Amino acid sequence: MFPYYLDRAWRSLRRDVGLTLLMVVAIGVGVGASMTTLTVLHVLSADPIPEASHQLYAVQLDPRPALGMDPGEEPSDQLTRTDAEALVRAARGKRQAMMSGGSAAIEPQTAGLAPFRVDARWTSADFFPMFRVPFVAGGPWSAADDAANARVVVITRALAEKLFGQIDVVGRSIRVETGDLRIVGVLDSWSVNPHFYDLHQGTYGQSEQLFAPFSTSRELKFGVDGSLDCWENADDPHGLGAPCVWVQFWVELEDAAAADAYRDFLVGYSDDQRKAGRYQRPPNVRLRDVPDWLDVQKVVPSDARLQTWVALGFLFVCLINTVGLLLTKFLRHGAEIGVRRAVGASKRSIFAQLLVEAGLVGVAGGALGLGLAYLGLWAVRQQPTDYAELAHLDLPMLFATIALAVVSSLCAGLLPAWRGCQLTPAIQLKSH
Amino acid sequence: MDFLPILSTLRRHRTAATLVVLEIALTCAIVSNAVFLIRERLARMDTPSGVVEEELVRVRLIGIGQTADAAALTAQDLVALRAIPGVKSVASTNQVPFGNSGWNSSVSSIPDDVSGSTTASLYMGTQDLLETWGVRLIAGRDFTPEEYVDADAKDAKVSSAIVTRALAERLFPGQSPLGRTLYLGSDPETIVGVIDELARPNDRNGPESAAYSMVLPLSISYTTGGTYLIRVEPGRGGEVLAAVDATLTKVAANRIFTHLESLTEVRDSYFRKDRSMAYLLIGVSLALLIITALGIVGLASFWVQQRTRQIGIRRALGASRGDILRYFLLENFILATMGIVVGMGLAYALNHWLMDAYAVPRLPATVLPIGAVALWLLGQLAVLAPALRAARISPAIATRSV
Repeated sequence: MFPYYLDRAWRSLRRDVGLTLLMVVAIGVGVGASMTTLTVLHVLSADPIPEASHQLYAVQLDPRPALGMDPGEEPSDQLTRTDAEALVRAARGKRQAMMSGGSAAIEPQTAGLAPFRVDARWTSADFFPMFRVPFVAGGPWSAADDAANARVVVITRALAEKLFGQIDVVGRSIRVETGDLRIVGVLDSWSVNPHFYDLHQGTYGQSEQLFAPFSTSRELKFGVDGSLDCWENADDPHGLGAPCVWVQFWVELEDAAAADAYRDFLVGYSDDQRKAGRYQRPPNVRLRDVPDWLDVQKVVPSDARLQTWVALGFLFVCLINTVGLLLTKFLRHGAEIGVRRAVGASKRSIFAQLLVEAGLVGVAGGALGLGLAYLGLWAVRQQPTDYAELAHLDLPMLFATIALAVVSSLCAGLLPAWRGCQLTPAIQLKSH
Repeated sequence: MDFLPILSTLRRHRTAATLVVLEIALTCAIVSNAVFLIRERLARMDTPSGVVEEELVRVRLIGIGQTADAAALTAQDLVALRAIPGVKSVASTNQVPFGNSGWNSSVSSIPDDVSGSTTASLYMGTQDLLETWGVRLIAGRDFTPEEYVDADAKDAKVSSAIVTRALAERLFPGQSPLGRTLYLGSDPETIVGVIDELARPNDRNGPESAAYSMVLPLSISYTTGGTYLIRVEPGRGGEVLAAVDATLTKVAANRIFTHLESLTEVRDSYFRKDRSMAYLLIGVSLALLIITALGIVGLASFWVQQRTRQIGIRRALGASRGDILRYFLLENFILATMGIVVGMGLAYALNHWLMDAYAVPRLPATVLPIGAVALWLLGQLAVLAPALRAARISPAIATRSV
């Protein structure tokens, strides 16, 4: 029966071209707007590191003074340098890394290339295996390098190409600020979105191009970028022992049991610090895996959510509109339905046929919506937001678009089709 | 009046009538909230900075390696910049209004206040800073040259401050702030002047504190502050910016210059998210109104077609064209009114949810009459074409059996 229904639907839709177009456009525009905003939301709330997001944990401690304490309040999302270095030394996780954003002025030794600045990350050796960072040449530095303030550096492929015109540059050295650093590894293209391990540097988009040991960066007094929060005056806020939080700390733990054990360790550590007089507050620690962390840090911009709601509201009105138009359309051809019922078509088959007609409108609306979603995402990419270039329609979202259009038009068709098949054949035939 | 016959007709077409009312109600609810949000965003984009943005350009600079005497080099830079044709005034500073990153401190009228309830943005700069900004002192005086202290000096301490009117009112409500002392932690500063307006580099501390700024007479070098602010003669910003790089490189090499832009560009990029949100909401609202209007056209056309014979009979019995036209206009008016009443309720419910979820303020009552009039007009316009078609139906049609 389906091909017959399809044929009838097609003829019926062609008879009222204006009305049909209106319905297709309404569904298309509604679906296009919804899918544009949903895709942006989907991209923004993506898991940045799916293979390890439940093994990686952000660590928070509370080293602030007792004055002004508010029980149960969220500890700072960064650590003091003293605590971070102690936790790296304790090495209680499978892997752990301390880190800070930075900026490095590079003086190229190549003629004709002016000095320039890149975003950098000062971190410790486990950073690379922990965050599954891919290398194209060489590899990470070692924990021994960290301990020795070694003059080593890892750079991205793009930076290697810019500086040397090639990627096979392991063993060569570059001049960063005042130090000559030996390249030990070159990263393959790598970017994580959102930039979960340090959200103080913008959430989406850019990544660092240069990585050097945290210890080395402090010895050479490299510039630090990010948020710095001190609760007492400090001559050198980035020095060891300064009353300031500015270091991010991540730990990799195998399973929930290991996480519980680590949390206990953090509580014990805080307690020890308090007994030693360094901490004033009772232990107040947090250990959150990547999804939890992103949730608590409210990474997805609230504007993106608001836009999605606006678009869904719009789609809903478009659907109400379509319900009204379909009803109009089906009832207008009441006589035809009457004839078909009189010659033996069951209510069920009328209902099915009318639904096919609604579905056909949905398919057309979906095609239009898909085009509009591509256009909408193109417009989003032209915006100067930091997540602009991420806004692309992937395969699941493409199917979701078509599905949304068809399902919503079928829903819109339910009531009109029901009313249509309830028409009494005799009355429809009599009045004409 | 046609009122009762219309109601009884609508009762017979209950489903279709309900759908139209529902559509108008939802459109009304969404558009009222959208108009309100658009107004909010536009108002935010109009936040005054307090400085003469159209005459200001800035450059950020970063030195490579250690600089022996940054203060002296900064002074040389400023002299060189001042010599560029078209430049009126120059200052070295730490931040600009709407520049996004900035320095903050908690301030209080009592020393060592740990509540941290008020934070203000800290502007500092060389002597010509206020003149370069073009800000208006509404009380007190500018800093004297003796008050300026080299910010890079060990234990640099100043004892005077200039605050914005909003910050003064916050710290000393209802009193003259001049001569009063405010505290940055335990450091006392005497308020010597009040300026009308000076926006913070960002409003991350909340909208209510967006105008809490203060200026300290700390002569800051480029290695610490990283920003030169240049006031130019109107219309010469581009020309001056083009000369900045070469001028500063001549003073000293090994520095990187970024963010060469006018403060109007700084403002534009600061508010770009608000702008695109406003555009999106305007677009959606227009689309909604169009879709709703087309829906009304579709349904009204169907009703006109369905009632052709009925209209013909009324015409034959003496109803004028105007009567028929009025009938359909009135019918639409009744539907729109029902939609608007339901829609206003929905609008408040929606606003309530937005207040919870997105910290949106309460919907002002002024939006309601605007929304109502807009939807009445929209309905009347949409129904006009089908109603005119109905009015043209000839009485003869009643005698014909179709």
